[in-house]
Amino acid sequence: MTEETETVRKRDAVLPTQGGGWRVVASKEFADHIYSGRFVVLLGVLGIATAAAVFAASGGIREVAQQAEDVTALFLKLFTVTTDPVPFPLIIFVSLLAPLLGIMFGFDSVNGERAQGTLPRLLAQPIHRDEVILGKFVAGISVIAVMLTALVMLVAGIGIFRLGVTPTLAEISRLIVWLLFAIVYVAFWQGLATLVSVRTNRAATSALIPVGIWLVLALFGTFIFSAVADVISPEDGSGAAALANAQTEHFISQISPINLFQEGSNVLLDPEVRTTGLLTVEQVDRAIVSELNLTQSLGVVWPQMVVLLAMTAGLFALAYVSFMRQEVRA
Amino acid sequence: MASAIHTVGLTKRYEDVTVVDGLDLDIATGEVFGLLGPNGAGKTTTILMLLGLTEPTSGAMEILGLDPRRNPLDVKRRVGYLPDAVGFYDDLTGRQNLRFTARLNRIDDMDDRIEALLAQVGLEHAADQPAGEYSRGMKQRLGLADALVKDPSILILDEPTTAIDPEGVAEILDLIRRLAVEEQVTVLLSSHLLNQVQAVCDRVAIFVAGSVVAQGTPHDLAADQIGHVRVEFRFAGDIDRSRTKLGQIEAVEDVTLGRVPNSLIATLDVGTLPGTVNELVTGGSQIVGVRRVDEDLDAIYRRYFETREEVIA
Repeated sequence: MTEETETVRKRDAVLPTQGGGWRVVASKEFADHIYSGRFVVLLGVLGIATAAAVFAASGGIREVAQQAEDVTALFLKLFTVTTDPVPFPLIIFVSLLAPLLGIMFGFDSVNGERAQGTLPRLLAQPIHRDEVILGKFVAGISVIAVMLTALVMLVAGIGIFRLGVTPTLAEISRLIVWLLFAIVYVAFWQGLATLVSVRTNRAATSALIPVGIWLVLALFGTFIFSAVADVISPEDGSGAAALANAQTEHFISQISPINLFQEGSNVLLDPEVRTTGLLTVEQVDRAIVSELNLTQSLGVVWPQMVVLLAMTAGLFALAYVSFMRQEVRA
Repeated sequence: MASAIHTVGLTKRYEDVTVVDGLDLDIATGEVFGLLGPNGAGKTTTILMLLGLTEPTSGAMEILGLDPRRNPLDVKRRVGYLPDAVGFYDDLTGRQNLRFTARLNRIDDMDDRIEALLAQVGLEHAADQPAGEYSRGMKQRLGLADALVKDPSILILDEPTTAIDPEGVAEILDLIRRLAVEEQVTVLLSSHLLNQVQAVCDRVAIFVAGSVVAQGTPHDLAADQIGHVRVEFRFAGDIDRSRTKLGQIEAVEDVTLGRVPNSLIATLDVGTLPGTVNELVTGGSQIVGVRRVDEDLDAIYRRYFETREEVIA
């Protein structure tokens, strides 16, 4: 063979070590998200809503704080207190609206590539197919983390300004743990949206499915769970039956990520909450009000955190597997 | 010399539909090879198998000595691919789209290379425009540049000229030819536009319903033809008389109107052509042109396709 015929091209000779293609995908996706209209709109809407809510809440807290001397974890009350103009505390607000974030950054991640005709081109590049979907996950979660962190900082900032109280170290660490928990929660919705975007071809469909699930769980979750509980363990007027019914309902409600997140948040942000389950009057009678430290609170919400994390990981795994098995021209 | 693309009995079956049926290809380095066939013949599926993007049901293949199933990344690093109906990220400019591809291929000195490629495909002026504003033809050109970013040894082009205007087609075909000759790039291109393939390919395979019905140089395939040929006669002035005359000649089987004005197309045995021309001239017809219309791939292809249909019927 002469040198001519062997024409080894530059790239044939150099074989760079593999891996890291997901970083290229992730950084491109991250930039796409940040510059996208939906990012700006979401940040604006959530920012204004959060600011308004926390402004109102901080006003309420000031009144409470003036009357009582021994209010603990005053700063975190910003997140858990309900005051007049806003019908629910900030954590409920986050639990209801944050899913939108996850859905927004996931619903067209794969079928968007299909619709634009970029998928075959992308997969023909020297990267593993799993790096494509991994890059998209990482980019989505990063954007979510950035946005949630910004919102929590906003709350903290307004809180410090309005209350004149700086958070203690314990409060800050609770807030950080809660923030991580919230990121996992939003990642759950992103995973759900990504899974749907792998399985369906149209962006409109893949936006509607997770939004539908979100609305059903957020608005009708309570009715559904109580109806199911009534079937499984009906009430007959006795106290024991009522207790069993309530326990069943609570147990079933744990399949909803919204409930998991709300319960977990309550414990994480309120040191006085010592259980997520039900307490009978006998159980709380003459109980001494005392604070849990962060480790103890974590012990209480460990199940919720693990279940939510597992559900999120499960959804990502499903999305991953179905993407890997899919034909390029599906 | 080692072949660039080599397949033996490559087959793809979806449930009970066989899309590609026992394909044998052997494409030499630096060759421009045309995969020719109607839509749905299995061209794109073949290409996806060669790239390791879809699993063949059975058969063996080697791309530059590598099996795309075992070493997909090594294959993809050396093979530039322009998909059918190529798409780009609408929000990114043409240049940014190419940069993304370059980064995925870990090319360091990308900016100069991208600049040169954009000039090569004639998109310098639109390089900083969002790809969403590109016309189909511009996207196709950008797609070609995109396939070339990695400096490939093999270029696989799926319907590369579909949406491009005739002038652009000539440029693109010229570029393909140059790459093959000057840089020894092996080119596999699929198309249903036959005259273009004819202009640029060293060899073609005619691909119908998953199998190759004929393979060879365009010239060979034309010579392969036996028996009846179709000939276009052009006349000066009135053709009615010539038409009657043609109809009377025994060797002529069928006469139809040609596509250009004052022309007739006759089907006749190739050996009788000189005699036929002679008779027309003596009969007073003023012939200004005689051309065999079935020497181009168009006709060859139609012939194979018709044969196939008969078999099916």
